[in-house]
Amino acid sequence: MSTNETGFGCPLPIGRHSRVLLAHGGGGQLTSQLLEQLFIPAFRNDALAERHDGARLSMGGATVAFSTDSFVVRPLFFAGGDIGTLAVNGTVNDLAMCGARPQYLSCGFIIEEGLALEVLERVVDSMRLAAAAAVVALVTGDTKVVDRGKGDGLYINTAGIGLIEHGLVVAPSSVRAGDLIILSGDIGRHGMAVMAAREGLEFESAIESDCAPVAAPVLDLLDAGVEVHCLRDLTRGGLASALVEIAEASRLQLAIDETAVAVRDDVRGACEILGFDPMYVANEGRFIALVPETDADIAMRVLARHEVSRAAVLIGRVGAAPEGLVTLRSRIGATRVVDRLSGEQLPRIC
Amino acid sequence: MKFIDEYRDGDAAAGFARALARITTRPWTLMEVCGGQTHAIVKFGVDELLPKGVTLVHGPGCPVCVTPLELIEKALIIASRPEVTFCSFGDMLRVPGLSTDLLSVKAAGADVRIVYSPLDAVELARTLPDREVVFFAVGFETTAPANAMAVFQAARHQLANFSMLVSHVLVPPAMEALLSAEGSRVQGFLAAGHVCTVMGFTEYEPLAAKYKVPIVVTGFEPLDILQGVYMCVKQLEGGRAEVENQYARAVRRQGNVPAQQLVRQMFEVVPRKWRGVGEIPASGLGLRAEYRRFDAEVRFDLENTHADEPPECLSGLIMQGRMKPHECPAFGTSCTPEHPLGATMVSSEGACAAYYRYRRVRVDTVSTGN
Amino acid sequence: MCLAIPGRIVTIDGVDPMLRSGKVDFAGIQKRVNLSYVPEARVGDYVLVHVGFAISTVDESEAAQVFEYLKAMGDLTEIEEPPS
Repeated sequence: MSTNETGFGCPLPIGRHSRVLLAHGGGGQLTSQLLEQLFIPAFRNDALAERHDGARLSMGGATVAFSTDSFVVRPLFFAGGDIGTLAVNGTVNDLAMCGARPQYLSCGFIIEEGLALEVLERVVDSMRLAAAAAVVALVTGDTKVVDRGKGDGLYINTAGIGLIEHGLVVAPSSVRAGDLIILSGDIGRHGMAVMAAREGLEFESAIESDCAPVAAPVLDLLDAGVEVHCLRDLTRGGLASALVEIAEASRLQLAIDETAVAVRDDVRGACEILGFDPMYVANEGRFIALVPETDADIAMRVLARHEVSRAAVLIGRVGAAPEGLVTLRSRIGATRVVDRLSGEQLPRIC
Repeated sequence: MKFIDEYRDGDAAAGFARALARITTRPWTLMEVCGGQTHAIVKFGVDELLPKGVTLVHGPGCPVCVTPLELIEKALIIASRPEVTFCSFGDMLRVPGLSTDLLSVKAAGADVRIVYSPLDAVELARTLPDREVVFFAVGFETTAPANAMAVFQAARHQLANFSMLVSHVLVPPAMEALLSAEGSRVQGFLAAGHVCTVMGFTEYEPLAAKYKVPIVVTGFEPLDILQGVYMCVKQLEGGRAEVENQYARAVRRQGNVPAQQLVRQMFEVVPRKWRGVGEIPASGLGLRAEYRRFDAEVRFDLENTHADEPPECLSGLIMQGRMKPHECPAFGTSCTPEHPLGATMVSSEGACAAYYRYRRVRVDTVSTGN
Repeated sequence: MCLAIPGRIVTIDGVDPMLRSGKVDFAGIQKRVNLSYVPEARVGDYVLVHVGFAISTVDESEAAQVFEYLKAMGDLTEIEEPPS
């Protein structure tokens, strides 16, 4: 296929985009491109190379996990949470995905001039409650105010550190063929709850974000002696993206059974109307755990003890090949490849 | 979900697959016209259940894919104007024009908004009297009634700041163009179920008779498609060429009469250029003279703006069913959803995008775990 | 063209046929839908919704025919297959 003057056929260093698009933050193909082609090469080191939710570091004899996350959700408040609950739980969960006990958070606020103080108070109160529920302390922070029109109301960044109290390396590199894949609950609630609150796409629904800390069941798994190979929380990009990331980073195959993945009726209804695939919808209180087959039963029993993972299910198995791919056995028995999304999911008519 | 889940039942799908295998004695090539059907086929893997001899090729059933480059360029020109609030269905945002697309234009600061319904755009025009609200009215006959109602309501509210960029296309002329083309290997059609929900299926009866092809109006769930294929193959095996209705729960022979009436009131049939196929006479809809004030091409003086299609993209051949996406040399290499050569790779309904996203890999020796 | 989803009419408002709209339920989600094109539809009926418009009612008796067709083919098989 010949290239043409517009450059469509000519791969530029970072895709063909000279400007950042919304999709670069979507957790899909373009985000991955930005990571692989810009950030990781610039800051090259072992911790980054792991490509996990948080960095696993040795400091003065202790093993700590360190992670950061920024929150730019619009609207600021939605059913089941707000930007504050997300900011605390997002980083708590990233640390938990390293198998760490989250302990301390920092918090940076970027506030748009003109934001009602009452809004800020509500958000901070949510953060206070979320931090208490997750048993973490917010110990340092920063505040900046930007000109009116430059901030969507409020952006929050949190960073966190936690202690890794076990000897396991909980990362894609520990995944083995034969491992089973556990999903901690039903998917799609957060993304559709936010969508329902967004102007222009409103529908009346009782869908609430599943935003919640997941450190407790994870630590319980580790305490119970389950040999957890890998964990990943399902945020933007959904279950599909998390699976693809692990498959690629571990260079193994993840085989999933579609009928095992639970989606609540109303979440499905919302997805069907807008033409969304629940596999790619954001979650904020769900994770997948990859464990050896022999530990799967204990793992399921442990997870059942916690409200947030009460509905955990086995959704698949790790294979040796085809390397780096996620395959899904559909409802009607055919098998296909699951890939990253190439941009944000957009509501469609077709 | 009622009227969806039942039609995704695995055992019933296997039942249709077995029945189809029993009646198929010769190879047959069928075309499904609607992109939504392509999407379902590839997503659920319906073609894996078909007997070896039955081949499904994908037709130009994606209004997004067939919107000519020229119209995308006009959309980009309009959307870039500072006084315009440009509203569109999500499908159109990533379709490439000559050098950019609506999403990139939005990134550069244009007021581009996704709407779920054309009435949302009308509502925006009412609440934002200082903005020029333009709606990108793309679609097959299924969407025409909604767009007709939008113009009707805009006229009723005497909105001076609302207009539509119209790119409506009609299915039967496209099917006739395909059938009359040299080298057409399509022997039977699965007609687009939702288009027929609006239009009925009387228009297909002369086509079936003239070209001696069975045409089965088909729905969108796996069982619908399997039954549609079965009915089509049964006709072919029996030497028949008739119009049948698989999607009877939604489609009646005369279609939706009140919807057709309002469409006829606001729109008239016009020639339209189809991206990758060329101009097909009497294959589109345009606003009637008395509603031309709502035509964005008139309002923004773009009627004489033209742009030619780049020759490299083979999506035309794919949309005519003469090539499959993975047979295109650019597929997955120089043409991917991130840097598409044509709309069929970008649109969620495009055959190329469906193949790319849901592509299959030989998984014979690997356990599927459950 | 393609994406039309079945939902159940929960309420109907508006006397003017061109402004007839209602709330339609999709497995627990409710959305306001224009019902001008389904003047015969009543509360409780299922309609197919495309871009915020009901374009057809869903005929429940026809909906079952896909399965009756399949069953009928199954019955035929019993007669046609040679006894094993």
